[in-house]
Amino acid sequence: MGMTMAEKVLARASGRREVKPGEYVTAKVDQVMSQEAFAEVYRVLKEEGVERVWDPNKIAILLDHYVPAPTIAHAEVHKLIREGVKKLGIESWHDMRAGICHQIMGEKGHIIPGELILGTDSHSTTYGAFGAAGSGIGVSEMAYVLATGELWMRVPSTIKFVIKGDLPERVTSKDIILFIAGKYTTEVAQYKAVEFKGPTVERMSIASRMTMANMGVEIGAKFAFFEADQKTLDYLLQYVREEAKKRVGIFKADPDARYEQVYEIDVSRLEPQVAFPHDVGNVRPISAVGDMKVNQAFLGSCTNGRFEDLEIAAAILKGKKVHPETRLLVFPASWEIYLEALREEILETLIEAGAVVCNPGCGPCFGGHMGLLAAGERCIASSNRNFKGRMGSTEAEVYLGSPATVAASAIAGRIVDPRQSKR
Amino acid sequence: MTFIKGKVWKFGDNVNTDVMAPGFAFNAPWEELKRVILHIHPKFTQEAKPGDVIVAGKNWGCGSSREQAPANLKRLGIGCVVAESFGRIYFRNSVALAFPSIVCLGISEAFDEGDELELELESARVRNITKGDELKGEPLSKDMLAIIAKGGIIPALKERLKIKK
Repeated sequence: MGMTMAEKVLARASGRREVKPGEYVTAKVDQVMSQEAFAEVYRVLKEEGVERVWDPNKIAILLDHYVPAPTIAHAEVHKLIREGVKKLGIESWHDMRAGICHQIMGEKGHIIPGELILGTDSHSTTYGAFGAAGSGIGVSEMAYVLATGELWMRVPSTIKFVIKGDLPERVTSKDIILFIAGKYTTEVAQYKAVEFKGPTVERMSIASRMTMANMGVEIGAKFAFFEADQKTLDYLLQYVREEAKKRVGIFKADPDARYEQVYEIDVSRLEPQVAFPHDVGNVRPISAVGDMKVNQAFLGSCTNGRFEDLEIAAAILKGKKVHPETRLLVFPASWEIYLEALREEILETLIEAGAVVCNPGCGPCFGGHMGLLAAGERCIASSNRNFKGRMGSTEAEVYLGSPATVAASAIAGRIVDPRQSKR
Repeated sequence: MTFIKGKVWKFGDNVNTDVMAPGFAFNAPWEELKRVILHIHPKFTQEAKPGDVIVAGKNWGCGSSREQAPANLKRLGIGCVVAESFGRIYFRNSVALAFPSIVCLGISEAFDEGDELELELESARVRNITKGDELKGEPLSKDMLAIIAKGGIIPALKERLKIKK
């Protein structure tokens, strides 16, 4: 019997020839990622007297949630992490000089198709864009993994989204994943793995695939896979270390793999989509949004802070001005993207339009710092969650949209259709 | 057999981890933090007592991997959460912290706020003592129950490291 991508990964990781949905396995983890949560992981390891981790070469640590440290308490957290990284001999340490964890995992060569990658962040599903089984865990489980290299896993069933049709201009992969969350609910993939397939997905850039895999967790997914194709390999081989290159190859499901459900979506007439507060599944097409004034527009995050996101925003904002009663905040997802956008004069365009360009990092996405909302304020955001209180006050509202929708809305001072602000 | 008994607080669908452990209160002292845990239910934040339990709809704990979500509920003294379904990372974290989460279809219909609930953890049998009904939830796997019996995944790790030594 053929296996899905999730089944293949978990069979290999647990040393079995095959596994079936519902089975419990002990999986050997191929790679882990941790950010500020590592402070707590390290504290637990110290307390338990664990002085050596299972494999310091399979661990990547960086800072992205609170950079630079906004308070003394955060500075102490960062200090503890730096101590831990040194004591445990972790080589892949990027401090605050890299960017958002999920972008960095690719750019620093830590993602290999078909491998099991666990991170202390729910959006670790992003690695599925490269055919890797990425998933989020908490700090106690991470401490267990660092000490032992393994973790219990339940083999998930898999559902498949087959996506076809050419996306209309200024409609992006973000709109597809929001549409899925709205139409099929944020529970459609609960306890399950997802595979995104079809001609639209094959044509999609790596960055666009990452946006959808990233938000896989918002529909409940344990893993959110795209096949690792030639495009994936071309991207990864730029970054993967020499000795790991032989592990990078095409990775896909068996043709006779079994799916619990298959959904077909034609995106050729898809409108830009907006998730209303306070739920990612509360989605409306842009034509049904109504008159929504925005105080803040947030372009960035692990969902949509990549070069193509800044590029489409710059194309919309070129020669225009951000509305005087709206603040536009821009956070490139990594230093590499930051530099490229600088060299390509994209940052110049954004700044001239009135954007505040900040350093790579998570920014205000999760309510930590750098652009929180006051009571009664409204933000249109390219990030992934609009939960009550997520970006500051519990009396504020967060609306989710594509980078194009964020840019067009920043100009208009209200949520508008990016297709209507064409020159 | 482990029995968990308590007065029910009811919640709806898609209650996310951010409202159990708000980002804006990550570094707040406990006295301040405990007043915003599950701030979407103001009466809960004011009146919940150790030993109370939670009955919820679908997708309880969707969202972030922050372990503080189940950790905060445990620290409040909540005995267990019985829901139609759970966000999967929250579910894993609750096992890791030995804080019982039980999936039970039909649970929302079967309980009103203030009813008395009794959960038999190993069999996942849920009784509404007030109304006299009984429901059958999904039992946790052997491995999960073993982690919970040890007090969580860190005590389990401690035991494993001791054996190795």
